[in-house]
Amino acid sequence: MEYASCSITSTRLNVKGCRVSDLKRTPLYDLHVALGAKMVPFAGYEMPVQYSLGVMKEHLQCRAAAGLFDVSHMGQVILRSDDPEVAKAALERLIPQDVLGLGEGRQRYGFFTNDAGGIEDDLMFANSGDHLFVVVNAACKDADVARMRAALEPEVTVKLLENRALLALQGPKAEAVLVEHHPSVAEMRFMDVATVPIAGAECWVSRSGYTGEDGYEISVPVAAATDLAKALLAHDDVEAIGLGARDSLRLEAGLCLYGHDIEATTSPVEGGLTWGIQKVRRAGGDRAGGFPGADRILREMAEGVSRKRVGLLPEGRAPMREGTALFASAEADTPIGAVTSGGFGPTVGAPVAMGYVDAGHAEIGAALFGEVRGKRLPVSVAKLPFVAAGFKR
Amino acid sequence: MKFTEEHEWLRVEGDEVVVGITAHAAEQLGDVVFIELPEEGTMVSKDDEVVVIESVKAASDILAPLDGEITEVNEALVEEPGKVNEDPEGDAWFFKMKIEDMSALDDLMDEADYKKYIG
Repeated sequence: MEYASCSITSTRLNVKGCRVSDLKRTPLYDLHVALGAKMVPFAGYEMPVQYSLGVMKEHLQCRAAAGLFDVSHMGQVILRSDDPEVAKAALERLIPQDVLGLGEGRQRYGFFTNDAGGIEDDLMFANSGDHLFVVVNAACKDADVARMRAALEPEVTVKLLENRALLALQGPKAEAVLVEHHPSVAEMRFMDVATVPIAGAECWVSRSGYTGEDGYEISVPVAAATDLAKALLAHDDVEAIGLGARDSLRLEAGLCLYGHDIEATTSPVEGGLTWGIQKVRRAGGDRAGGFPGADRILREMAEGVSRKRVGLLPEGRAPMREGTALFASAEADTPIGAVTSGGFGPTVGAPVAMGYVDAGHAEIGAALFGEVRGKRLPVSVAKLPFVAAGFKR
Repeated sequence: MKFTEEHEWLRVEGDEVVVGITAHAAEQLGDVVFIELPEEGTMVSKDDEVVVIESVKAASDILAPLDGEITEVNEALVEEPGKVNEDPEGDAWFFKMKIEDMSALDDLMDEADYKKYIG
């Protein structure tokens, strides 16, 4: 999923803010401002990059207790057909996941692929009984909706919801906090979804998130969103967390950021996402293939790929950021890869990164060099995630 | 104290100046996680990039505020970059330098000017 900061990247100590204009606002905008958030442009929205705690403390708060994120910029989409099986079968034409086999009340991670076998966006989809509930990235949502409409209508109706906000409550204390609003959420397992009345509103709750922590994502009617956010924030264990910490949390958790770690030219096999392609859609499965780019993706699953996404641990203290070229030696002329996400991992206490390297250099422990400001600095290929997941399976 | 448009402060100590970044700059940069300091003895010209400072957000450079020689660097910052956020205008100085022309300090902003500058 996505993040881009309004970063201070000039060659000078540039501390000027970003200009914000013509941007959309989420229903929680006023609350963010009241909480002292720094608002930045992100995927067409004015979003909080951090609050008064700052990125580092917000990150650690989410790992130690609980954090509340506004992810209302993401696209919430309902797919509905007279016979629910029709919508499920139809969605399988666009993604390499097992939709028909997903039980009611369960959610799954997926990705839209293109004819070249690249990834157009990643998503979550849930079987909500008489419909499918799909959540897509903000920057891609218009294209995703258009793609679904073109491929699925008229047998399936595709409705982008504008009347709901989306909150994520993440961290080891998330359950204890949300249970105070409805006891049933304690019974949910990782990737369960349920409709739960919270604070007088019909909320669609899933036990999921994008931080590597246990937690929930809560779709709430716009009219109730601010009150719910305030009620959750009123708990001593909850703080508001911005996009800055969301990025470092997901990076430590080894989770991909669309547009950076995966994009239209990277295949799910290169991206290390074959765990997200269920057996039934793979070669030899009952519904093998039948999604865009299946030729390439299934071939790569059988024959391997020439480059792979890997975790990267710089040995020194200097972060290796997106775009850092990777080399097999301190002298080599030609890079063997590049960093696609990198920064400081507050929980790891050191810089962490991920990127793509030639398959011959992808084994755990491979010693590489990243070129930072003209210097070749040692970095090794590392196991992902950097921080063990706290999911309640 | 004197201030530059690049958000550095300069404090005169005898025939040297101590250089750091302002509280405003530290706040805007966010949590600092990495600092690379110059070698002691380096001769620098105004606007040379002398320090690399990386926060959780991004990398920036600190420029030499004036012509001169780097005489001492604050090695403690390398181990504890977060000091820049805790005490930017005190303990978390970056380097000391001998200025070739001390009168050049007169062209820099004083505190009132700097406050106006950052508005």
